[in-house]
Amino acid sequence: MLEEAIFSGFGGQGVLSMGMILSYAGMIENREVCWMPSYGPEMRGGTANCITIISDGPISSPIISTFDTVVALNQPSVDKFESQVRPGGTIIFDSTNILNPPTRRDITIYSVPGSELATAKLKNIKVLNMLILGAFIAARKTVKEETCISALKKVLPERYHKLVPINKEAFELGMSCIK
Amino acid sequence: MSDMNFDRLDIRTDDCMVYEKPLDTLLDVPFHYCPGCAHSTVHKIFMEVCQEMEIQYDIVGVAPVGCSVFAYHYLNVDMQQAAHGRACAVATGIKRVMPDKLVFTYQGDGDLAAIGTAETVHAANRGENFLVIFINNGIYGMTSGQMAPTTLEGMVTTTSPHGRDIATQGYPLKISELLANLPGVAYVTRQTAYNAAGVRKTKKALQKAIEYQKKKLGFCLVEVVTNCPSNLKMTPLESNKFVEEQMLAFYPLGDIKVPGGK
Amino acid sequence: MGEIRLMKGNEALAEAMIRAGCDAYFGYPITPQSEVLEYLSIDATKRTGMVVLQAESEVAAINMIYGAAGCGRRVMTTSSSPGISLMQEGLSYIASAGLPCVVANVNRGGPGLGTIQPSQGDYFQSVKGGGHGDYHLFVLAPSSVQEMVDFVREGFDIAEKYRTPVMILSDGAVGQMMEKVELFDQMPRKTEFPDWATTGRKRGQDRTYITSLFIKPEKMEMINLNLQAKYQAMIENEVRYQSFHLDDCEYIFTGYGLGARICQKAMEMGREKGYKIGLIRPITLFPFPTTIFNEMASKVKGILDVELNAGQMVEDVRLSVEGKTKVDFYGRMGGMIPSPDEILNAFEEKFINGGAK
Repeated sequence: MLEEAIFSGFGGQGVLSMGMILSYAGMIENREVCWMPSYGPEMRGGTANCITIISDGPISSPIISTFDTVVALNQPSVDKFESQVRPGGTIIFDSTNILNPPTRRDITIYSVPGSELATAKLKNIKVLNMLILGAFIAARKTVKEETCISALKKVLPERYHKLVPINKEAFELGMSCIK
Repeated sequence: MSDMNFDRLDIRTDDCMVYEKPLDTLLDVPFHYCPGCAHSTVHKIFMEVCQEMEIQYDIVGVAPVGCSVFAYHYLNVDMQQAAHGRACAVATGIKRVMPDKLVFTYQGDGDLAAIGTAETVHAANRGENFLVIFINNGIYGMTSGQMAPTTLEGMVTTTSPHGRDIATQGYPLKISELLANLPGVAYVTRQTAYNAAGVRKTKKALQKAIEYQKKKLGFCLVEVVTNCPSNLKMTPLESNKFVEEQMLAFYPLGDIKVPGGK
Repeated sequence: MGEIRLMKGNEALAEAMIRAGCDAYFGYPITPQSEVLEYLSIDATKRTGMVVLQAESEVAAINMIYGAAGCGRRVMTTSSSPGISLMQEGLSYIASAGLPCVVANVNRGGPGLGTIQPSQGDYFQSVKGGGHGDYHLFVLAPSSVQEMVDFVREGFDIAEKYRTPVMILSDGAVGQMMEKVELFDQMPRKTEFPDWATTGRKRGQDRTYITSLFIKPEKMEMINLNLQAKYQAMIENEVRYQSFHLDDCEYIFTGYGLGARICQKAMEMGREKGYKIGLIRPITLFPFPTTIFNEMASKVKGILDVELNAGQMVEDVRLSVEGKTKVDFYGRMGGMIPSPDEILNAFEEKFINGGAK
């Protein structure tokens, strides 16, 4: 098993955490993992992404230019990374934030109205990343659902553990978006 | 008197002894310093302090770059030789890993107040608990007489041959007064070594600074305003007169900051 | 088996420092390695009693290292390229005075203030002696977060064995990325210190002193000869490299650190296309693994060296092969990172399609 994914969006949307939770989950399931963030001088705003690789064997390059899966939470991410999905690969995007959706025919495209669902159903836009991660897991089955929730508890500082239930709800809602 | 053989007379008797080196702390080698230079005097009195206070086994010193770069050839206490200006950083490294040892630096004006200003100010501001012995002779000695940060206005040096020009070369730096403003600094005093009274007071100040360090009061600095006969192109006596009349007029003697008060 | 964690390279390095029984860390913030000082500031002192001090500059930091190393302690600092430039004077003094210490450089793009993105532009200033005089740093090049951990402990051992400064030459990517690491157990801090250390004069003896000033040329030459003998011993005993597919390869990719990881992927992709590619990853950059390159040179059709710079290590590769095979170079600079596809394309262009030219 080898999953080479990139999570991308605006800074503050939690894209780095998505990759980090997936990496933790991979580690819990005894896989090799590598999480490589883009980083810049700004503390807030701007675009952010992280390459996340989960593998049964040793991981060579942490830097890759084509992906099995692209997760895009804003328009610039779709524009930039759609062409970097490998033929037969997957793109998952937040349809609420995107005017021009992906158009390629040789890849699987999942449109998830993530921001809309997070605001309308869960009244909390901050759980967008867990919702989309739920969709990612449903689509890719890279790790088990329960492992992701355990991983969330690892990534989230103790004082925020009261937020685990709503994140779990978001994750499940995201999973249900993938048919 | 012709029957007395002065050649054979051994004068090294207790009756004749009026001057003695601190034998345990000052190595028995001749100083390389110029005749009349105060480095030898300050070396000797500080080593007397170390011997009298019996701290020679508990102290580590830092030598600078400058005339006293070879201080460790004379001072029989553990020493490190630092890069130019970095003595206070090196001393910080030493003191932080051995907080129970006593630590001192021995620096000239160029080392401490030009190239090493940042390290000096920040060590002082952190309240590093060590002693800085600051030899201020207003000139670069080792490199032969260039202008120092403490060179007086109008003073002729090889890089201010027309006299230090304030408009283009800036003011002489009263680094001790500047450091005294910092809360981490416990003790700053300015002394001299051109006469016997000055030497006695400098020794007293060094003793006090060691006491304060033992009490962990913070950064202590003993400035010694001294001569540099070779580079001032004066006889030792003339250079002492220069210190007394010119240097001390701008760098007044006395305590600038003492523990528990201004 | 040690504790397993998912950690960022910089944090893993800091954790390893604590566990290796480090006595003191002096450093100054600079991206992309500030996490080291931040991580140590949390509870390193509470855990082992080690000193953690934010210095006023890299210049001060390296001189604090000099002072503390001179007391026989295990000491370490970290920085990134411009900060390492500032430390070079101090490193020259440390090498000359024979003081053990470990310095990590999380390399960013230059020259000048440059960029905070990963780069390997500091090979020259790390391997060739960035400061004045004839000296070398012992240079270890980690390519994974695990090696960021392992090389701290091994770096201290080498530093103490040879009384030499050791550099861990990593880069922004290795510093910032997270991988699974196995941590070694907490080691005790030292309680006994070598005779040369300035820990206060011993009774019945004269003082100890540490210096890099030897004004008589005869003495200074002796010091230099001793240094060179030490470097020769490192060349004989401490060379390390990792290799893949050297048994059947017709071409060799080489690179260090992050560059080697990317090459590995390019090698795998190339082998899928039928090219018999192997890989040599120098782990010690000084001492450089000259022999393996020389041996392989007569067996292969060519070597492609890939670096995140304009071609620095490639000079050592060329010296090693003594003209016995073609050595070509591909690199990106200024914080740009070559992708595996890009490397494979470069290989095909240089060795397969246009290679006959």
